[in-house]
Amino acid sequence: MTATTSKPTPSPRAAVTAFILKKAAISALVALVLFSLMIGIRTEAGPTGQLIYWTRFPELAGMVATVFFGSIAVELLRRWWGPVESIRIIPPRLTRALALARRAIAPLLLIFTFLVPVIFYDQRYILDLGILVLTYVMLGWGLNVVVGLAGLLDLGYVAFYAVGAYSYALLATHFGLSFWICLPLAGILASLWGVMLGFPVLRLRGDYLAIVTLAFGEIIRLVITNWQDLTGGPNGISGIPRPSLFGIPLTPGEDGLAARLGIEFSPTQRVVFLFYLILALALLTNWVTIRLRRLPIGRAWEALREDEVACRALGINITTTKLTAFATGAMFGGFAGAFFATRQGFISPESFTFQESALVLAIVVLGGMGSQLGVALAALAMIGGFELFRGFDQYRMLVFGIAMVLLMIWRPRGLIGHRAPTVFLKRSEAISSDLVKEGAG
Amino acid sequence: MSGADCILDVDHLSMRFGGIVAVNDLSFAAERRKITALIGPNGAGKTTVFNCITGFYKPTSGSLRLTHEDNRAIQLERLNDFRISKQAKVARTFQNIRLFPGMTALENLMVAQHNALMRASGLTFLGLIGAPSWRAAEKRAIDQATLWLDRIGLVDRADDAAGNLPYGDQRRLEIARAMCTEPALLCLDEPAAGLNARESAALSALLLAIRADYGTSILLIEHDMSVVMEISDHVVVMDYGLKIAQGSPRQIRDDPKVIAAYLGVEDDEVGATEAELGL
Repeated sequence: MTATTSKPTPSPRAAVTAFILKKAAISALVALVLFSLMIGIRTEAGPTGQLIYWTRFPELAGMVATVFFGSIAVELLRRWWGPVESIRIIPPRLTRALALARRAIAPLLLIFTFLVPVIFYDQRYILDLGILVLTYVMLGWGLNVVVGLAGLLDLGYVAFYAVGAYSYALLATHFGLSFWICLPLAGILASLWGVMLGFPVLRLRGDYLAIVTLAFGEIIRLVITNWQDLTGGPNGISGIPRPSLFGIPLTPGEDGLAARLGIEFSPTQRVVFLFYLILALALLTNWVTIRLRRLPIGRAWEALREDEVACRALGINITTTKLTAFATGAMFGGFAGAFFATRQGFISPESFTFQESALVLAIVVLGGMGSQLGVALAALAMIGGFELFRGFDQYRMLVFGIAMVLLMIWRPRGLIGHRAPTVFLKRSEAISSDLVKEGAG
Repeated sequence: MSGADCILDVDHLSMRFGGIVAVNDLSFAAERRKITALIGPNGAGKTTVFNCITGFYKPTSGSLRLTHEDNRAIQLERLNDFRISKQAKVARTFQNIRLFPGMTALENLMVAQHNALMRASGLTFLGLIGAPSWRAAEKRAIDQATLWLDRIGLVDRADDAAGNLPYGDQRRLEIARAMCTEPALLCLDEPAAGLNARESAALSALLLAIRADYGTSILLIEHDMSVVMEISDHVVVMDYGLKIAQGSPRQIRDDPKVIAAYLGVEDDEVGATEAELGL
């Protein structure tokens, strides 16, 4: 009896080392299988059309070694760095200071955004980039209603963006309606399509829902591409009217804004106007979402994400709750689409590929599902950061990918991983993301 | 069924899953403002009965008639899903707690008042513009939720995530959440499961208070006999999908069939007992 108890047990350190090595070895094996054909053997067609191939084993070995050591590095980082929630050694004073800083971020960011056209008036590039970032902030906030609040994974969000853009483009070019009439119409049409998508997917959850929404996005794009009579097919629609400031066009002509104000015309004026337009639209999205969260419908969305069965037992109509989530998200996508059309002046199906859906979804997930500030920060990082890496040239994607991986290791539930309660008795305390469900579709 | 004022009449209810008969021709009645307990060994079909009553299953045959105080009768088997709670005013809790863990205790109780608040918010539009009528309704809803938090002794933890509360508190919060839908019939699926003796006693007191203060009829599945014997007015015993006995707690305690179902019988009495039960 006594002899068996003295059997040495592996120390936790040895166990961890073994685990890391095993994981790295498996990753390296997968890399070997994948890259043996992709990198290990190079094939080319010879001058007479015959197959020429030669092996590149040193490159293959280098690749596999990179994966092996990379896997070890990632695993070590994860252990040392860990998700923020697991670190409890930060002194309370610092935590409080950080909390204060976090509260100050949103107003500071808003003030800065308002001042961007003033500060960077001469830098057209920055203004254009700002408009692009704000468009994605708005799209992110719109999708956040569906994915972040209601927990319905939607991979076809770009469809509503496209519906909004084409609604405005067609209404404006065919019927000469102004932007300000078309904007609500584009939102209404997009939300109608949201309901149309919602009906067939009501019973689907999780992965199945994601696949159907993905297909929906592709269907809309393909219909636009092939319905030549209406949409111009792959040629798109050009000559979409630019927005006016309540009827006053921003043109160099006699009746333009510059002439009326008695100042010199500059094309930047229109860019600045567009900047404030998308800022206003994005802030409207934000305001409505924040309001909705505190209304019964918003709470029902979040309850749906938490537990659908319990919702049914409490008498909440799941069907209308899901449909309103789809419709609301789609409406904001439609607004953003109308803005996109008026800004570009030209739209074609190429602008509405799956890549856009994926980008917006990445913004929502990266930001922390359900967090408004997180989505804004993520849009800034994804769109602005991507531009920042332009100097890295061909390594841009690589740097970007590494940054994403590190961020997901460090903060697996997104930049802002906490949920703020919608109502409180005494004090509003952020709820840890460990407790908040992601929703099953 | 009987001449008494019944809120729920279960009449020849059967529920089959393929070849398995989970509930077999079950009939019983729950009286208004009374606590009716449904007991039986594991796998007797109690939760299946609950799922039929609360619309999660559609019964294979039989009828479930709910009679409101104004004599309005509703056939529960014809309503589906959320309408059982919304129109028939039947609320339930679950055997494995189903709170919204990422929402605070207060938010859980606010979600339960969804339908009333939805009307008050003018289907969201009045709420969106912050109409005074909506604000008043919201304040009333918060007061109602606070009242219930106070009753279950959780008012100090109102702003904590429901998932962070201790097990016993979660059980009581789930009952409070069901009560916030203002039900006529409250169905509790093993509310005392996992509670210690002190918590069980507090639960008994809470259920008796609910019946006394709100006149809510309660239908209860429970294994904890101390709770069942203390608070129920009427007990229905099920085994293998059949009703084997019903009566007052005292009658049930002494019923040989019930004792046989729970404890088994001597080997030489098996044949006689089976014949008696009609098996």
